[in-house]
Amino acid sequence: MARYIIRRLLSLIPVLLGVSIIVFFLVRLIPGSALQMYLGTQVEATPEQMEELRRIFGEDRPIPVLYVEWVGNLLRGDMGYSLRTGRQVLPDILQRLPLSIELTILALLMALIIGIPLGILGAIKKNPILDLTIRITGLLGLSLPQFWLASLMVIAFSGIQGLIPMGNYIPFTQAPLANLKMMLLPSLAIGIGLAAVIMRYMRNSMLEVMQQDFIRTAEAKGLKKNIVIVRHALKNAILPVITVAGFNVGYLLGGAIVIEEVFALPGMGRLVLYAIYQRDYPLIQGIVLIIAMMFVVVNLLTDLLYAAIDPRIRLDQKEA
Amino acid sequence: MFARILKNPIAVIGLCIIVLYMGIIIVSQFWLPFDPLEMETINMLQPPSVKSGHLLGTDEFGRDILSRIMGGTGISFLIAVAATALGGAIGTFMGVWSGFLGGAWDRWIMRIADVLFSFPSLLLAIFVMAVLGEHTYNVIIAIAIGYIPQFARISRGAILSIKNNEFVRASFASGARKSYILTHHLLPNIMMPLIVQSSLSLSVAILLESALSFLGLGVQPPNPSWGNMLSSSRKVMILAPWTAFYPGLAIVILVLGFNLFGDGLRDIMDPRLRNIQ
Repeated sequence: MARYIIRRLLSLIPVLLGVSIIVFFLVRLIPGSALQMYLGTQVEATPEQMEELRRIFGEDRPIPVLYVEWVGNLLRGDMGYSLRTGRQVLPDILQRLPLSIELTILALLMALIIGIPLGILGAIKKNPILDLTIRITGLLGLSLPQFWLASLMVIAFSGIQGLIPMGNYIPFTQAPLANLKMMLLPSLAIGIGLAAVIMRYMRNSMLEVMQQDFIRTAEAKGLKKNIVIVRHALKNAILPVITVAGFNVGYLLGGAIVIEEVFALPGMGRLVLYAIYQRDYPLIQGIVLIIAMMFVVVNLLTDLLYAAIDPRIRLDQKEA
Repeated sequence: MFARILKNPIAVIGLCIIVLYMGIIIVSQFWLPFDPLEMETINMLQPPSVKSGHLLGTDEFGRDILSRIMGGTGISFLIAVAATALGGAIGTFMGVWSGFLGGAWDRWIMRIADVLFSFPSLLLAIFVMAVLGEHTYNVIIAIAIGYIPQFARISRGAILSIKNNEFVRASFASGARKSYILTHHLLPNIMMPLIVQSSLSLSVAILLESALSFLGLGVQPPNPSWGNMLSSSRKVMILAPWTAFYPGLAIVILVLGFNLFGDGLRDIMDPRLRNIQ
């Protein structure tokens, strides 16, 4: 296992390098330089000041050199300065990060809490009408735009106090209960699509496991049906579901960006939109990089978790 | 093939929905109940009614919502189809190339796909829009980029699974050129998974486009798109819920159509799933 972990960690390096190259060079495609954007049209600077600014903005050095400098700074935790506020980008991002992470985790929990029991139910109670209903509900869940669902929630529940955060967000550390109450609807809006996916996977996986010999053996031994389902079938069937959930965290993170906007939650999503409207490129760069890195790490953890539970995975890779 | 689709109720329902929307696009080119851009301030925020002729009500500028939904269908469809075609074509080319040639090509191309996979698709689309600027063409590019790695992986996997089959080896042995083998033996055999993926990608593209337009980064007002209709409804939706409800419903039904069709196709393709059902 240790060797597998090391190999997977090493495989992260080229991916993260690639991500940093994309984030760095895409921003260079923007017409006009960062310096022009910073100065706007109203400012007049002396030649000496311009020279100094050009040096700060790196216009006197070739782009590959700037990339190396940028990566070097990143490794030291310096993501550059905002074009609008002049502040360091990283602390501002880190301040907004907990809310987005909390939202993503809650959405994941929602998806699991709704999806797994429904999937199991669908597998145990087999009949054609229920089959079709589950299938269509699953697809319907996938077809709902999260921001639309969120808007409908705002319309439906705007009368109930404390449920819609609208501008008066309370952090978890201040009042956990009030915080969870206002995170309920946003996390439901993000998680419901994944719940539908999980429900389908859970059901299919359960059905597949229930057809296997060891289940029949367990039943033949005279074990109660509930025990067979929970102890034998569920334990095996839940594996692929965990993987699907893990690999969909990126989808939840993406959802958080839009949903934060609908519910006016001050997280990373709102920050990145603000940065885009303000054309604050260092800030955009920083946020995109952080979210992509989080996504890569979550995928890695999912991989490792899967390998830890199912030894066939790491053995397979060794042979390959 | 078509007969098998007709036997699958899920795929048929999906296909019917898609055809219905295509019908709406054609009709909307020639006729709409009202001018989708004309503002009538006396008719602001009228609730849906048969008497006034505004079947789905009017928005905050007195524009007819049904006409705007119909007018927005074409652009949403066009963006979804173009983005899927562009991302699908580039991704498939990369994947086929990678699987067929193997070796260093394979490693490099798949590395690139891995890197693109490291961005959640909506975040990647938002980032690309931020760089390219708000324009309909850019929406297509922004969505398509996220599709490249998906199609690359699927087509590479499919090529690898049939590359060593006897009919391919026989063709090699009989002296056929690589390009001939690729176009006559390999590509036809990997079409089905690509068609399924395209149908599912179309559904995601509709959702991504509407999300981008909702955030103000996609189709720009006053031109109607489902996403920007939902965006502008935010100011008035508590007073006039219909301004938010119907454009979203239009999205849900079409996306569901693509999902049902893709899901049905997958059923037809994969007998293993059929048995489980």
